[in-house]
Amino acid sequence: MSAVLDQPGHGHHDEHADHPSGLMRWVTTTNHKDIGTMYLWFSFIMFLVGGVMALTIRAELFMPGMQIVRPEFFNAMTTYHGLIMVFGAIMPAFVGFANWQIPMMIGAPDMAFPRMNNWSFWLLPPAATLLILSFFMPGGPAGVGWTMYAPLTVQMGPAMDLTIFAVHILGISSIMGSINIITTLLNMRAPGMTLMKMPMFCWTWLITAYLLIAVMPVLAGAVTMTLTDRHFGTTFFNAGGGGDPVLYQHIFWFFGHPEVYIIAIPAFGVISQVIPAFSRKPLFGYTSMVYATASIAILSFIVWAHHMYTVGMPTAGQLYFMYATMLIAVPTGVKVFNWLATMWKGSITLETPMLFALGFLFLFTMGGFSGLVLALTAVDVQLHDTYYVVAHFHYVMVAGALFAAFAGVYFWLPKWTGKMYDERLGQWHFWLSIIFFNVAFFVQHFLGIAGMPRRIPDYSPQFTEFNMISTIGAFGFGVSQLLLLYIVIKTIRSGKPAPENPWEGADSLEWTHLPTPAPYHSFETPPVVK
Amino acid sequence: MRKLAGGWKWGAVPALASGSASAEMAWNFQEGATRAAQQVNDLHWLMMIIILIIFVGVFGVMFYSIFAHRKSVGHKAAQFHENTTVELIWTVVPFLILILMAWPATKALLNLRDTSAADITIKTTGYQWKWGYDYLKGEGEGISFLSQLATPYDQIYGNAPKSDNYLLEVDNELVVPVGKKVRILTTASDVIHSWFVPALSVKQDAIPGFVRETAFRADREGVFRGQCAELCGKEHGFMPIVVKVVSQEQYTAWVGEQRKKMAAAADDVNKEWMLDELNTRGEKVYAANCAACHQANGQGVPNAFPSLVGSKVVLGPADDQIALLLHGRKGVFMPGSAMPAQENLSDVDLAAVATYTRNAWGNAAEDKVVQPAEVKADRGKK
Repeated sequence: MSAVLDQPGHGHHDEHADHPSGLMRWVTTTNHKDIGTMYLWFSFIMFLVGGVMALTIRAELFMPGMQIVRPEFFNAMTTYHGLIMVFGAIMPAFVGFANWQIPMMIGAPDMAFPRMNNWSFWLLPPAATLLILSFFMPGGPAGVGWTMYAPLTVQMGPAMDLTIFAVHILGISSIMGSINIITTLLNMRAPGMTLMKMPMFCWTWLITAYLLIAVMPVLAGAVTMTLTDRHFGTTFFNAGGGGDPVLYQHIFWFFGHPEVYIIAIPAFGVISQVIPAFSRKPLFGYTSMVYATASIAILSFIVWAHHMYTVGMPTAGQLYFMYATMLIAVPTGVKVFNWLATMWKGSITLETPMLFALGFLFLFTMGGFSGLVLALTAVDVQLHDTYYVVAHFHYVMVAGALFAAFAGVYFWLPKWTGKMYDERLGQWHFWLSIIFFNVAFFVQHFLGIAGMPRRIPDYSPQFTEFNMISTIGAFGFGVSQLLLLYIVIKTIRSGKPAPENPWEGADSLEWTHLPTPAPYHSFETPPVVK
Repeated sequence: MRKLAGGWKWGAVPALASGSASAEMAWNFQEGATRAAQQVNDLHWLMMIIILIIFVGVFGVMFYSIFAHRKSVGHKAAQFHENTTVELIWTVVPFLILILMAWPATKALLNLRDTSAADITIKTTGYQWKWGYDYLKGEGEGISFLSQLATPYDQIYGNAPKSDNYLLEVDNELVVPVGKKVRILTTASDVIHSWFVPALSVKQDAIPGFVRETAFRADREGVFRGQCAELCGKEHGFMPIVVKVVSQEQYTAWVGEQRKKMAAAADDVNKEWMLDELNTRGEKVYAANCAACHQANGQGVPNAFPSLVGSKVVLGPADDQIALLLHGRKGVFMPGSAMPAQENLSDVDLAAVATYTRNAWGNAAEDKVVQPAEVKADRGKK
């Protein structure tokens, strides 16, 4: 591709000569690595904030009775835990990966629009600030759930408006990031790297970026309608004025279901890099992986109402959404089988990135199984809005997306920092995470099947045992994550120097063509891909 | 893990389903009291079996591979990366399995959604935070009452031991006859609620401004407990549903009793009430409907729920207070929640609670007493 900047005889300019230093370096930076780093640290901070909220929820649910918080604050905890984890932690984490990795993996010097890249990151802190400020508004934070269903949102105080503006800003940031990623991937690949030779991680981000551009405006529309219903006398969601509360849910889930895949698909991408590297064998069925990922993305637009089986839609509608939802199992199954076939007859080693990838594979498949159960409308009528759903989406989001992000961090940390992480501590982090995760969330399936609704601050004593187990698991999981922080800081400060390619089987450009740590401007001369 | 051993049997633990077994640990579907619930249970078991088979297959391969194809046992990596045949197989076979699942799933859904030929029709209205029931058609037509949490606050906040049916008990249960098809119409007055009774396999959102329907035919007598399943604000976790399925004779007797009560209540509205009578009744109404936000001491929560002690509305003209009680107030810049309209409470209850607030906690309004007749008159106005 000819758009790559090739500047012969200009190979050694001083990386920092024309940059401000200190704080201003980070504020004004247009470098994809700096911005990627900021995305990742931001998401980790949000992960801790959202985690504290999760632990508040779990602490209150340790025993029957109200002990720690008041019901309205409990509702706020579930609301902001969800919003912060989805929009503040997981999504920015994968954008951070995209920033670091995409230019290095396709042989480019940087992202296509470096200044816009700076802005897409720096919109995030104001959005996070708005979310936090909600807690200090008259009337307290909004207790509406991360789905923000009308008309409950119309009853809330000014905190709701701040939350809506935060969602707007996060959406703008995502759209700008997506434009950047798409342009970079389509125009800045090294000569010889056709689309079908791109690393799988780049493919998954190309598809995800299109999803984001398609659905973030839909979410912005839904929350804007909420805003005008609140303040400007519209009645989109008020039957008294000809509107319909269920309209909100249709719009929200038309965003919300693709959003699930916006989170999951880049995770698939990371896994598709890690598993071949540690199996020392090329990814099995690359072409079918690309098609399966694209199919999942397209199907995600036509299944939204499976989140709404109990709103009272016509039976024919329920049947359609049930069949369409079940269909997603096919491409998802293809992906799992391809990963297994990649491992098959490989030469496997179990370093931390591979452990997290295998943890992902195991637990994400479990989340897929419970998804299949939930797809069946008649069963879902029992399980909808119970703890079964909570268990299901935490298997997909935490054991899926988060474990993939951990795998990615351990996998690329040597390239990013030039140092090796402590393998022994990494293994501890994995085993603590996977054990406590299951303690926290597996039992929630039973709670849901037995009929415990989600988003309740107090419950009947028959649910006590499983809630206690779940709370213990959640605290164990939360504390284990501090180990990750320690490992990363230890790596940066005193890790052993890493070789150019510490992983025998890793074969994408950042490992084969770049020194460690990667230079500030990744490829000043594009490599030629055969 | 008490009682776990007793729970491991094919089917379900009769936890919520029985009268007072809520301390027993529940892990599976409650024992269904309708054919639909039984079908859902069967369908779920079928899924569990299919999933277990896939689980063993998929993870058998994965763990075998991790075990046998490791570098440390000297396995050399093969370099194959494509095989159209296996890829076709693992696309087509899952598809066929899905078709097998879809068949019973469709049958169960069609049965669940069948609301035709109902014997009794009951309208269920979700309020923040209680349920209203109106018997619209069939035996019992005209009966109408509210149903709300009967667990006292002392139990919730740990000042008293928890009762057997903690959080799953109400003052007025929904009573229906066994073996009759009951059609439930759901709606709501404020925000979306969801009427969820697990043992009857019923969960239907209650949407303000719209009417949705669902139905069940209970095939055995018993008390079945459920909860609101859609986040509806502060007290979402505290609006349970209790359905009491009784024999036909008991039902007929219950209908007669209800009619007598309603006739007596109609007389109450027009009689002149004494201050003490209203205060006594008002204290109960306040505890059930108001204390969640305004607190038992009337002082509210700063920045969220206004104090009633010394409140201008409470101490002012009766008509203004009645209007606020009847119609609520939109709370955009007020609390975490607006003041919900309380028009679903009876004239006597509203008069009683207005009177109570005028005289409790050191309040001393000029008009000490609000009579039910005043509320009745104001209710007609808009």
